[in-house]
Amino acid sequence: MAVSGFVAQLNPCIDELSDIKTAVSEAVTNAIVHGYREKMGNVELIMKIYKDRILSVTVRDRGCGIENIEKAMEPLFTTGVDEERAGLGFTVMESFMDTVKVHSTVGKGTTVTLVKRLRIKG
Amino acid sequence: MNAAFVFCNGKLTVYLKGELDHHAAKEIRTRIDGEILRRKPEILGLDFQKVTFMDSSGLGLVMGRYKLMAESGGKVVIENPPSHIKKVMHIAGISKLATIVFTDKNKTDIKKSKKEEQENEACKGQDNKSDENTVSGVVAE
Repeated sequence: MAVSGFVAQLNPCIDELSDIKTAVSEAVTNAIVHGYREKMGNVELIMKIYKDRILSVTVRDRGCGIENIEKAMEPLFTTGVDEERAGLGFTVMESFMDTVKVHSTVGKGTTVTLVKRLRIKG
Repeated sequence: MNAAFVFCNGKLTVYLKGELDHHAAKEIRTRIDGEILRRKPEILGLDFQKVTFMDSSGLGLVMGRYKLMAESGGKVVIENPPSHIKKVMHIAGISKLATIVFTDKNKTDIKKSKKEEQENEACKGQDNKSDENTVSGVVAE
């Protein structure tokens, strides 16, 4: 995953790296499954490092957008009835990152920004 | 994602290997369900020892198999999840659905090789289905 390579320059702990990978995987999966409804489309990843070891990963799609963000972020909420999904994507992102911000416009797409401050290794 | 199936004494164990994301979960669940319907196990063991990555798709996989097993009164046991996977499972409170166990590696290895020997003995002349990427241990039913 490209994210690992980028985050590596911060020399993260293994658990931090797997937290980030998991959170990004959730956001990208959402973009593919929900944003583009499993049809072709581009998913943009914008990764930034700020001072004090703050990492920000933005995942953007130009898909269908989310009507009700609050509801979408509720634990166990899922749109797929017969498809097997836990409805815990946002819950995982929120547990593994410090902040999760979601911007969405119906018909235009969704942007999810994940921010995490990495520990200072001592 | 690879999966090896071992069926022994009413227990079907699935040894998962690799990355478990949305795409892999979809594929693997069809194969696991096929084995469940074929073998009708009382216990389904999902071994995560060799799973290098898992997101919430893996939770969906466990929850779905729990439902399927519960229909026939069966149980699900999660075996040897590495710490990063245990963390994801903890978020979902998976331990309410399935027992999480850690098998003693050395003991298991000995047991397993013994078991496998017995299985091999027992399986001689029986159907021994093995598809690509799959090692299928078959035991007398």
